[in-house]
Amino acid sequence: MATPGSTRRRSTPRERNQTFWFWIFVGPFALGLALFTYVPLAWSVWLSFFDAHNTVSPTDFVGLDNYTAVLGEPAFRSALVTFTVFTAFIVPATYALSLGLALAVGRLRFARAFFRSVFFLPTACSYVVAALVWKLSIFNGVRFGLANTVLGWFGADQVAWLSTTDPPWYWLVLVTVRLWLQTGFYMVLFLAGLQRIPPQLYEAAAVDGARPGWQTFRHITFPALRATSVAVVLLLVINAFQAFDEFYNLLSDARGYPPYARPPLVYLYYTALGQGQNLGLGSAGAVVLALIIAVVTVAQARWFGLGRREAEG
Amino acid sequence: MAISRRRLLTGGGALALTGGLAAACGSDTGRGGGGSKAALSQWYHQYGEAGTEQAVRRYAGAYKDADVRIQWRPGAYDQQVAAALLTDSGPDVFEADGPTLDQIRGGQVVDLTDLVEGVRADFHPAALTPKTYDGRVWAVPQVVDTQLLYYRKSLLDKAGVKPPRTLDELVDAAKRLTDSRTKGLFLGNDGGAGVLGGTPLYAAGLSLVTDDGKAGFDDPAAARALGKIHRMYADKSLLLGAPADWSDPSALVQGLTAMQWSGLWALPQVRKALGDDFGVLPFPADGPSGKPAVPVGAYGSAVSTRGRRRDAAKAYVKWLWVDRTDYQEDFALSYGFHIPARLSLAAKAGRLKEGAAAEVVRFTADHGYAQPLLWTVASRTAYQDALSRIIKDGADPERELRGALRTTEDELRRVRKKS
Repeated sequence: MATPGSTRRRSTPRERNQTFWFWIFVGPFALGLALFTYVPLAWSVWLSFFDAHNTVSPTDFVGLDNYTAVLGEPAFRSALVTFTVFTAFIVPATYALSLGLALAVGRLRFARAFFRSVFFLPTACSYVVAALVWKLSIFNGVRFGLANTVLGWFGADQVAWLSTTDPPWYWLVLVTVRLWLQTGFYMVLFLAGLQRIPPQLYEAAAVDGARPGWQTFRHITFPALRATSVAVVLLLVINAFQAFDEFYNLLSDARGYPPYARPPLVYLYYTALGQGQNLGLGSAGAVVLALIIAVVTVAQARWFGLGRREAEG
Repeated sequence: MAISRRRLLTGGGALALTGGLAAACGSDTGRGGGGSKAALSQWYHQYGEAGTEQAVRRYAGAYKDADVRIQWRPGAYDQQVAAALLTDSGPDVFEADGPTLDQIRGGQVVDLTDLVEGVRADFHPAALTPKTYDGRVWAVPQVVDTQLLYYRKSLLDKAGVKPPRTLDELVDAAKRLTDSRTKGLFLGNDGGAGVLGGTPLYAAGLSLVTDDGKAGFDDPAAARALGKIHRMYADKSLLLGAPADWSDPSALVQGLTAMQWSGLWALPQVRKALGDDFGVLPFPADGPSGKPAVPVGAYGSAVSTRGRRRDAAKAYVKWLWVDRTDYQEDFALSYGFHIPARLSLAAKAGRLKEGAAAEVVRFTADHGYAQPLLWTVASRTAYQDALSRIIKDGADPERELRGALRTTEDELRRVRKKS
């Protein structure tokens, strides 16, 4: 804060007071962040270079062995590939659905607050609860599950939604629960973005002869939402790679997790950080995953120009 | 300096905040204090049967030499224990399906060999062997649990099916018992990959890890047996996606399936719901060198090395799980339904002498196998993934097993290296 030359100057009581209050307010959170985020992070990186079976203070340095092991592990690689594909699907799907909802709700003339709340409400539901509702009542595999009851009206066979791998019906369950949980939240972000678009733009466009509907959306609304879109896509990608809750609760049982639709975090949880307690290998996997997320995020931010002023973009 | 109201409020808020934080960090109310007796914390996983929790609290309350506090832990118990053993705030005494080989080798559990001295031969061998490493005992077995095949006699009679004695007969029976409302067999919602584990291998006369520490399923018979489980999946004879998984007899009782693989613990519930309309079988044998297989597991009581009162903890374990045979019998037979880990108790238990229970005790003695200690989590995960792909995706069993075999051999090499 201080410019060169002014360092010798004694700070006024007012300035000291400001510093004091700065630390009073920021201190606890900075401390919490350091203690619960940065220390474990650094510790994890350190662990990844050791043979750390059942210990967090290992002594057996193994260099990059854990990294070669985790990258050579077909299960981990397949988890990464699966989740790249999952991301490529769920990000555009959630994006399109929440933008669509936001546009629809934004055009409402009455009951707008009601519909906004209705669509936003699932965000308040916990992933675990939603996963259990999906698993036990909507998509259970027996004849009295909701989905199977509906199929039964049309005379179709009952489907074991979460246990069938051919066709992979479990994706239907996983994707619907995630869309239901997330769409409302991103819809609200888009609504906020939509409200920031100056009405003069639309008026000018109308004067210039732009037809309402697709043309206006394509040339006015969508470009004006750029900043919101970038943030939404960024959050969606990170969320997709960090998927854990609903996958774990939908597909795992007391004996483990099936070898399909296994997110990287679930893999790490089971084979490394769970009962296996190979903490070195698990940390190496976590570091690899964090690096991938970091690289993807930075690349995205560069590509979309995150943080650039909207007028420049 | 005059203190304005706003300053007072913000200062007070900040103080409250830091105070709260300090309290959150400093409070360690879990143990310590309270009289001169040592305080011990003991962990149990959540048993499904009513009354078990009250029973273990009663046993702990009856112990005079320490103040034992029970933690009854629902959820992923094995993971919770594994994480807690890394810290000082973990349990002193805990029950475990293991301890795992890495927990023993990592020095996380205390050697309990001297506790069972003199009564070592009285423990069911299938329960004690997996708790023994290098000749030392690392946990005192509490009860013996087994899994078995339940079937509805009336449904089999109606379909004209005899209780299956071989794996081929099981495949055939499951198919013939399947109709539009009832499936033939329930092996868990994942099609059996989780619960069956090595059972089909033992039924084919093989093993997971041999006694001399080699992978036990490097044999074409393994692929043949596992391929037959896929046959049932492909026939659509398996119940999948039931609201309650294999460990709960609901699917059988509600008529969703004609046969179900479940635990001995479910026997009272099945008998209550179905009366005499059920029978029990071991996993049927497969192939010329096959024999029926019954998986046997035992929860054991172990002592954490990180606990501050290891000797008190050992004394308590000896008191409860070695000396107090009355509590051991009560724990095994009064709530759920387990076989006492002590042969002398199992022999005199009246409830194990008649009907289906007696048959199960006989299977367990004749065909029981326990998961070897050398079967590590990494091997198990690799094998289970392979089994799931064989059953559900119809993957080539030989190729899948080769992958699991590689992991198993790597793991066996790793655990041999430093011992």
